[in-house]
Amino acid sequence: MIYDYLVIRFGEITLKGKNKMNFVQKLENDVKDKLSRFSMLGIKRHFDDIEIQLNGEDADQVLSVLTRIFGIQNISSAIKVENNLDAMQDGVLRVMKAENGVRTFKIAARRKDKRFPIHGSELNQGLGAYVLKNCEGVSVDVHNPDITLRVEVGYHETRIYGHEYDGAGGLPVGTSGKVLLMLSGGIDSPVAGYLLAKRGATVEAIHFQSPPYTSDRAKQKVIDLTKKIQSFGGTVRLHLVPFTKAQLAIRDAVPEDYRITIMRRLMFRIAEKLAEKTGALALATGESLGQVASQTMESMNTINQVTDLPVLRPLITMDKLDIARIAKQIDTYEISIRPYEDCCTIFLPKAPRTKPDRLHAERFEKSFDVEALTDEAVNGIETLTVTSEDLEDAFSDLL
Amino acid sequence: MIYLDNSATTKPYSEAMDTYRTVSEQFFANPSSIHSLGGKSESLLSKSREQVARLLGVDDGEIVFTSGGTEGNNLAIKGAALAYRSRGRHLITTCVEHASSMNAFRQLEEMGFEVTYLPVDHDGRISFEDFKKAYRKDTILVSIMHVNNEVGTIQPVREIGEFLKTKPTTVFHVDHVQGFAKVPLQLKNSGIDLCTISGHKFHGPKGTGILYVRQGTVIAPLLSGGGQEGERRSGTENLPGIAGMVRALRMTLEHEKDGIAHLSDLQAQLRKGLSGIENAVIHTPVSGAAPHIVNVSLKGIRSEVLVHALEKDEIYVSTKSACSSKDSGASDILMAMGIPEEEAAQAIRISTAFENTNEEIAAFLSALAENVQQLKTVMR
Repeated sequence: MIYDYLVIRFGEITLKGKNKMNFVQKLENDVKDKLSRFSMLGIKRHFDDIEIQLNGEDADQVLSVLTRIFGIQNISSAIKVENNLDAMQDGVLRVMKAENGVRTFKIAARRKDKRFPIHGSELNQGLGAYVLKNCEGVSVDVHNPDITLRVEVGYHETRIYGHEYDGAGGLPVGTSGKVLLMLSGGIDSPVAGYLLAKRGATVEAIHFQSPPYTSDRAKQKVIDLTKKIQSFGGTVRLHLVPFTKAQLAIRDAVPEDYRITIMRRLMFRIAEKLAEKTGALALATGESLGQVASQTMESMNTINQVTDLPVLRPLITMDKLDIARIAKQIDTYEISIRPYEDCCTIFLPKAPRTKPDRLHAERFEKSFDVEALTDEAVNGIETLTVTSEDLEDAFSDLL
Repeated sequence: MIYLDNSATTKPYSEAMDTYRTVSEQFFANPSSIHSLGGKSESLLSKSREQVARLLGVDDGEIVFTSGGTEGNNLAIKGAALAYRSRGRHLITTCVEHASSMNAFRQLEEMGFEVTYLPVDHDGRISFEDFKKAYRKDTILVSIMHVNNEVGTIQPVREIGEFLKTKPTTVFHVDHVQGFAKVPLQLKNSGIDLCTISGHKFHGPKGTGILYVRQGTVIAPLLSGGGQEGERRSGTENLPGIAGMVRALRMTLEHEKDGIAHLSDLQAQLRKGLSGIENAVIHTPVSGAAPHIVNVSLKGIRSEVLVHALEKDEIYVSTKSACSSKDSGASDILMAMGIPEEEAAQAIRISTAFENTNEEIAAFLSALAENVQQLKTVMR
């Protein structure tokens, strides 16, 4: 590994005009925070990039952290040389030799410091010729090269870039306000949480438990899922709602085919109340149009009636297979398929209504005390704060 | 007692044994049981896996817990050969592998696979050129030890990994049992698909190990059953062993940097001391070798005699690898290096650990000189 530097480039943030620095500042904090365990790193923010000096830390391990931080477009490995042609030639050659299996290349030189006497195109030719002379079996291909060696002449020194890695894209987490995600434990909702975090939202999660019908492992499963979302975002708060009493009341008072509709309406009511307390400005679900009975247009119309908060549904137009693919990418799939009962799988009616309507729903809700059950559930909420440090502590005396 | 047989096995850390005991008593439930007691065991198991993955710089799903080096090597080699047998039948390894690899390959040969055993030079090292020549389109598996268990020679696994990065139809297994925490080896982006590590070589409990299986690499399981370890290794997990090993692994890696420097210092001291004993011939190469092994022949004295002579002073070294030293005679590995049979039968292996001291090495060297002097007169 010849590279001493990694250079982080921003994505959409650069389009933010006057607000840009707020976003960059947030991103810098995220980068510093997530990389804090690498004690040797030097991290420096510039106007249009963040530069990380490795100082002997393992580039691959640092990269594996960086590629999970939102707001980063790409990351390049780089070396720095002095602003003179000899040093640049030597540097370009070192990078070329470090990159394996490269047959064709091109040089893309750029002067930030226009005082440097050699123009970009001249540099391209000069450095290209030097590589050709000193590297066997390589040729120049300006259209479709195996590697583009980018040379950037700065005011004090020149950077030469090697391999470029894709970042996670999106916006820095915490720049888009707070959303309360309804996290079931299935495959979809963690993906919805990930996509919202990617757009900069601060995600809090709400999960409904029905002990003793659901177990501690179902709870652990949701905690593990929250951890995965946390690994992309910052700290994630997880709110656990005691839901057994409400479910039993619904079972006793509501005709079988409407139970899911009423249950979902109750969940939205509870979530809305919690959102008021925590300052979340929207609710979010992992719903995908038509996937199950509660996700038809009619169901969403009927269920959505009980809240006037925006309900964000990032997966609404996505196919199940595409959702599963993202779940695999972000490592939530394996957790989601753990076979524990959750509150949605118990008391499941044989034939739920796929086209419920608001009138019926309202009428059925008159037969039990919706208000009281909602308040009781909200008051019983247990809130966990999932941060990376907390996770270190469990079993730390054993391991 | 001066224990210098750390390549055979190490003394477990007392912290690792504390964990072993606590977990045996308090987390005895089966991680697959659905009650909450089983849930606790399961969380400890997944936490252990997470910690290993983080320390090795890989993903949780890439860690398979095994019973040790022999199982890891067998699972990697046979598992990959069987999983990819429809792609090709050619396998490459070296002629200086540990018995658990070597005999797995012999078994595969009997099943119709073709195996190339790469030769080694006088330092016990294969050449990258030989490897490239042996490599074919139908090579489905390459298995190479990182550090040789008898002489400590480091094999060019990084170079081979780089080469194999561009060959997606070939699985690359590295036997890292002797190299772990002695000669650092990066797993991620190294071209390595499978890597075997053994717990009792770094002060963990016996019967524990790790096989790294890169995401996307398929291995056929050797043990079928309940589908534990991601369908790759069935059987109720040895949770006390796993947790104990994970603790030992963390402790070892915490001391890795200083520890390796210390081992190199001990090795230099050994070399210096041995050079003053007239009939000592060191087989461990000066460069490109692990810092914790010195293999040396004392001319005129059969190694077995010397081992027993030293144990009277409570100093423990070994002849050759513990796993092959029961069949008497010379080391195959030394013979493959071109060392004459008589001299090969006079070799002892001194293998150190982080906790060995310069004083212990000094005491060993003077005991060795004394014994050699005595035995020389007796045996002539």
